Amino acid sequence: MTTPAIELKGISKAFGPVQANKDINIRVMPGTIHGIIGENGAGKSTLMSILYGFYKADAGEIFINGNKTEIPDSQHAIAAGIGMVFQHFKLVENFTVLENIVLGAEDGPMLTPSLRKARAQLKQLADDYGLNVDPDAIIENIGVGQQQRVEILKALYRKAEILILDEPTGVLTPAEADQLFRILERLKDEGKTVILITHKLREIMEITDEVSVMRRGTMVGHVATAKTSPAELAEMMVGRKVLLEVDKTPAKPGRTILEVKNLSVTDQWGVKRLKEVSLTIRAGEILGIAGVAGNGQSELLEVLGGYQKATGEVILNGEAIDLTGLHSDGQTRRSRGIAHVPEDRQSEGLIMNFTAWENVALGYHNDPKYQKNALFMDNPAIRKDTEEKMARFDVRPPLPELRAKSFSGGNQQKIVVAREIERNPDLLLVGQPTRGVDIGAIEFIHKQIVALRDAGKAILLVSVELDEIMSLSDRIAVMFDGRIMGERDPENTSVKELGLLMAGISGEAA
Amino acid sequence: MEKMPKWADVILIPAISILLAAIISGVVLLATGKDPLNALVIMFDGAVGSSRAWGYTLYYATNFIFTGLAVAVAFHARMFNIGGEGQALLGGVGVAVACLYIPWPHWTLALLGAMVLSGIFGAIWAAIPAFLQAKRGSHIVITTIMFNFIAYSLINHLLVNVMKPAGVMEPATASFPEATHLPNFHDILGLVGIDFAMDAPANLAFFVALLACLFLWALIWRTRIGYQIRQFGESESAARYAGVSPTKIIMISMILSGMFAGMMSINNVMGEAERLVLNSAEGAGFIGIAVALMGRNHPVGIVLAAILFGFLYQGGTQLSIQAQIPKEMVVVIQSLVILFTGALDHMVRSPVERIFLALRRKEA
Repeated sequence: MTTPAIELKGISKAFGPVQANKDINIRVMPGTIHGIIGENGAGKSTLMSILYGFYKADAGEIFINGNKTEIPDSQHAIAAGIGMVFQHFKLVENFTVLENIVLGAEDGPMLTPSLRKARAQLKQLADDYGLNVDPDAIIENIGVGQQQRVEILKALYRKAEILILDEPTGVLTPAEADQLFRILERLKDEGKTVILITHKLREIMEITDEVSVMRRGTMVGHVATAKTSPAELAEMMVGRKVLLEVDKTPAKPGRTILEVKNLSVTDQWGVKRLKEVSLTIRAGEILGIAGVAGNGQSELLEVLGGYQKATGEVILNGEAIDLTGLHSDGQTRRSRGIAHVPEDRQSEGLIMNFTAWENVALGYHNDPKYQKNALFMDNPAIRKDTEEKMARFDVRPPLPELRAKSFSGGNQQKIVVAREIERNPDLLLVGQPTRGVDIGAIEFIHKQIVALRDAGKAILLVSVELDEIMSLSDRIAVMFDGRIMGERDPENTSVKELGLLMAGISGEAA
Repeated sequence: MEKMPKWADVILIPAISILLAAIISGVVLLATGKDPLNALVIMFDGAVGSSRAWGYTLYYATNFIFTGLAVAVAFHARMFNIGGEGQALLGGVGVAVACLYIPWPHWTLALLGAMVLSGIFGAIWAAIPAFLQAKRGSHIVITTIMFNFIAYSLINHLLVNVMKPAGVMEPATASFPEATHLPNFHDILGLVGIDFAMDAPANLAFFVALLACLFLWALIWRTRIGYQIRQFGESESAARYAGVSPTKIIMISMILSGMFAGMMSINNVMGEAERLVLNSAEGAGFIGIAVALMGRNHPVGIVLAAILFGFLYQGGTQLSIQAQIPKEMVVVIQSLVILFTGALDHMVRSPVERIFLALRRKEA
């Protein structure tokens, strides 16, 4: 029997009263791609941080190639042949690719010999693994997919035999993700060991040899990928049967609610973020906006939500909305019947240091229901309203006095969704409704969105999760570089076709 | 969940910090050949040992409550107002204008008039940096500091060239008329039969300061504008999402801040000196930063912290008079308290948190 490349025995780690990892055992065989799947907060990242020396485990042992190894910091992890590619890249934006690769691994005080050596090795690595990147390109000028390659090259340059990738496809188009998987397969063929951390079942099924499932800090099972199914994995992750498909009837679109014409946004540095965007949404339908993050979706939501100036026309219920900045704040938007579940609940949708009830008044502090008299707010009324919302949306724990940061991602999002949907808006803007949300809550939130649609409201859905867009939308518009590349019917399109549009390749050929 | 009970956060940690500061101060005093215990006795005696001592301590505390509130209200919007000193100086001009140029029939009306004018003068001095921050992005810390210096020069000019009575050498206004004199603690407590020292400066302004605390509490935690200020302070991006105008919040919070700082002058200028002199604020604007920090920007905390600093101020003065300890040493002691309660908060906090966590785990 071969020795596992990595074996973890009885790893436990607590953060205060929270047990992030509890008696974790895992063996990763050399030359395989091993997936670790679990919901947000299941303890995947903590486990990998222990392996990479960021955290010290409270208990447990680490064996690398059969040898018991102490990893007190990342230097030791690198020395043990472990390389890590983080979800958020750790690159110096205005350095070249080559400089980034050498950074921290220089041979001596003079840079030139190191750079010369690195250039030669880089060429070798590119040939071996198909990792082609221009060594002299500046990081900020190359795409995300390329930047990720630089991260992989950094690890390989440091002689990594074991490569850990944390949610690597979050920022990639489907085509870029495919390329990444090609590279990972090459790495595996060359005898490297790859650990892939993800919450996407599709990726696990597509590329891994074995998969370990985590739930609430414990390891609930290890299976060979070939012998399992997405439904089984989902059940292991959540602990109960889940509906992976969204249950909905065909849309019955009514009158036009929102009409957007030639909407353009130029940011403070003079860069055009939205370019002549036009779209319409009718009552009783969900328009999904697909696209890789950063292609203008955020700006579109900000303009419609009232905190970004723009040029062009936005017509809601037949009346134009002011976009010049004078009467275009979020308050005016809300009074016109627009509700908004923002993309980033931690920095926009909620105030993490506020209690749940204070967050329920966010954006609605002028609501007459929440006033005691002309001077004072009626805090008990807001608290009571919060209690009722928490009951209806099954927020756990149902404590209005708890601070937002103390809730899990899914429950935080339920608070935001409850606040916005219960305003019964004519138009609901939804950005990344299920980012960092556990599968159980995803099911619930999707149901609520569909229910609002069936009540005859218009919904604009922005998501980078293509699965979510495909299963929820009645129509799909794809954004790239601030433009709408085209509209498709979810029944008559494919991931491949949308992927090409997301990469900016349009035309009938696509 | 919270890492430790609330009482530990608001009482235990400051108490440990002050104790540590006191121990180090003792060591410093020992090193300079003074008896720390004797010094402690003198400080306590001088600051809280008699009604006269209390009169001084509470007089200083009143100044610090006003400036502490000023820093706190701005900080709830995450505006760091370092300009309390200048705003308090300008408030002094407001008081002087009110008391010298308007013939008040009674001190109650004079007090109202002086509150309004000192508040407005202080608010204007804060509004200019606030406007520059909101519209031009000039950093509020830098501009408010600079406005302190402009305030010094402006007062200098006003006292030398404009407000000084003719034929007087000293750069100060004339004494305010009798009808504007505020009752002091001797007068007020005398009404309820308490005999308070006659020559202590604590006066009615102390109670105005307590009302101001109540006002701040209601404003921040009970009104829409306070809710918006807190939103903006906790998360500017969430406030923008909610439709709160950053310009409006920056202006309102800074105007309120300048108003509190300016109203300090009803204590020192109107209640005590009864005329406007150079440097009337005597650094209280800066102490307010430490007071707000230590009081966690909450009115109750600010009152307690202000009394502590009043104690240090008055006790320290007595120390330099009675024990021949140089004034600089007194500043060292005060600075140690600020250092431990403010800057080194984390040093005390994390071990205490760990103790509470360990206790909790044992229970579980």
